[in-house]
Parts: sequence; structure tokens; C-alpha cells
Amino acid sequence: MDSIRRRVLQLLGLSALGLTSKPIRDAFAQEEEQVKYQTKKGENALTAQQWAMVIDTRAFESEGDLEPLIEACHKIHNVPQLRNKNHEIKWIWPEHYHNAFPLKAGRFLSEEVEHRPFLVLCNHCENPSCVRACPTKATFKRESDGIVLMDFHRCIGCRFCMAACPFGARSFNFRDPRPFIRETNKQFPTRMKGVVEKCNFCAERLAVGQMPACVEASEGKLTFGDLYDPESEVRELIRTNYTIRRKQALGTDPCVYYIV
Amino acid sequence: MSDKKLIIIGLVIFFIIVAFPLWYHFLFHGGKAAPAPELELTDKAKAAKVCVRSTQYMTAEHMQLLDVWRESVVRQAERIYVSPDGKGYNMSLSNTCLDCHSNKAEFCDRCHNYASVRPYCWDCHIDNPKEKS
Repeated sequence: MDSIRRRVLQLLGLSALGLTSKPIRDAFAQEEEQVKYQTKKGENALTAQQWAMVIDTRAFESEGDLEPLIEACHKIHNVPQLRNKNHEIKWIWPEHYHNAFPLKAGRFLSEEVEHRPFLVLCNHCENPSCVRACPTKATFKRESDGIVLMDFHRCIGCRFCMAACPFGARSFNFRDPRPFIRETNKQFPTRMKGVVEKCNFCAERLAVGQMPACVEASEGKLTFGDLYDPESEVRELIRTNYTIRRKQALGTDPCVYYIV
Repeated sequence: MSDKKLIIIGLVIFFIIVAFPLWYHFLFHGGKAAPAPELELTDKAKAAKVCVRSTQYMTAEHMQLLDVWRESVVRQAERIYVSPDGKGYNMSLSNTCLDCHSNKAEFCDRCHNYASVRPYCWDCHIDNPKEKS
């Protein structure tokens, strides 16, 4: 008698288990269904091992010559125009020789070179100090093309990267930038209060086969290409001209070269 | 056991407070749930019939999908999403999602408000690319 009762109870228990496990099995079935998508690059996307830029400073005489390049960049990336110097946001801007190349400033320089405007931007270093400083990996060096990029979703606004960057290439949004954007480019997001931002080497344009906005606006004075392709235009320019880089002695290996 | 009365009164008050959401709901809202919001589709969305994934998947998992998108676009430099049925989409909240669902107030906000979720997408991503500024 007892053994039969036990058997019945066992069966009941087992069937209860079978019934209650249905939602779990369903959940797993759904998981499997989710894996079927793919992601890929666009057909026209430009690729490189390490993007680099060569700026021919001989072609720029005054800051006015740099204006259209800066304007092109700041317009498409929704960079706000803040008058207060402490709140200023800049991706690309003109700098005096002594500030751009403080370790190289010799005495009795050619006045023409000394007074040339130098266009400075994020150097997309090969050994970026900002990436090491970031505690959330919001800033990272992209494996696929060497761009030092920011994931604004992840930035907590600690500004370690700004302290780490020897080039002052990063700006912090002390205020909500939206009211200060003159003309919003609706294709590109803005930023919010409390995140750091900087030049992204126009990653969104490279993805659709376009050159960076400043390069396009420079009409040949700026050259952009793959640093590790010996046949590339940038390599040709670096080979045939004397070029300098900003604060090279610090070992971050900047990827923006200046022909002087 | 002389505190029996006090203990019972205390317990009654305790249960009344604990059950506040229940009796408040029955007394003042008639015990009925707030009506679920209705999704409004734009003409363009209606004409397209299918979204990036099935409607059921999109309703339940659109946040996971967007998470995959942002990871892929920013970190892997891959901007095309090929859905299981083989169709490719540009992964962009403002330029792809809101291209069809250009009625953010009726399509996104209504449901988010109902569920009391406050996504901060729109702090940076622009509401509606087609809307005139």
C-alpha cells in the first residue's frame, strides 16, 4: 500500500515540475531566436589600420583661413558656441605656435612660421593617455581603425581624460549645450550636460565613405589617410616633407602631422 | 498578557498601513487598472507594415535592440543591422527609428509615461529629424 502511495506522489511531483518548467523553456527558446541578426559595415565605409592627418601649415596665412574648416566641423557635430571661456567647447581650433609646440619653440625663429596659425585637434594618439585614465572605458581606442572615440552614453563626467590629455583636446559640458547650438544638424546627436566631448575624426562620415568635414573644407590643405599603408597619400607627404608632431617627446604618438 | 489589547490595536493599524495601496485603489479608483495607452502609428509606419523585427519583439525588447545598436555603431564601427529576414537597416535612433515613428509624443512618450520609465535618449539624440526647428 505504502509503496503505491509513494509512487503516486512521485509522479505528481514530476508532472508539477514538468508544468512549471514551461516558462523557463520558452524563455530559452526566445533567447535562441534573438541570435539570428547580424551587424556589418556599410558598403561605402572607408577603412584603415590607423587613420592619420597631415596638415600643410604653409598653406594657411591667417586665422581667417582656418575659419571655414572649424565652422564645417562645429556645424555638423552640433558643437555649441559658448562665449564664456571657462565653458567653451571646441573640437578643432587655431593655436599659436608657442602653445601648439611648447617643447619645440626655439629662439630667433622665422617670423613667418612663428606667426602662422596652427590648426589643432584631437591627435588620435597611438598610445592615448586619455584612454588609460578613463575609469568607465567611455573613451577607447577603436581596434578597427585606431580612432580614439567616445561613447557618450558611458561618460560619467569625471574629467580624468581632460587632465590626462596633454593637448587640451577635450572639453567638458558644464552647461546644457542645446540652447547654444546655432544651427542643429538633425542627423547628428548633441551632447548633454556633464559629459566630455572631443573630435571624433568624423567616424560617422568615414562610415558612409566621406572624408572628415575639415579635410573636405580645406580644399587639399589637409590630407587624411591610413598611416600604415605605405602607398597612402599621408605616408607620401610624411616621406617627402619635413613634418612635426605635437609634444612627441611625451610618447603618446600623435597621428596628426604638421608640415612646417 | 495585560498588553493584549494594545498589541491587537497596533497590529490592526500596521495592517491598514501595509494594505494602503490595495484599499486606496479599491476605494478611489474602483479597483480597475488604468487603461493601457494606445499606440499610434504614422502613415509611413503603417505603410511599411514591418519594423526592424517582429512587432512582438519590438514591443518587448526594443531597449535590448537599441543597446546592441549603440554597441555596434560606436565600438565596432558597424552601422548596418541585418535582421533575421535578411533586410539591412542603418542603425540610428534619430534617423531610422524616428524616420517612420516621427510621432514621438504619441508613439514613445505615451507608453513610457504609462510604464513610468524615463529613458534619457532625448537628452542627446534629436527628437525628430524632420520637425522644423
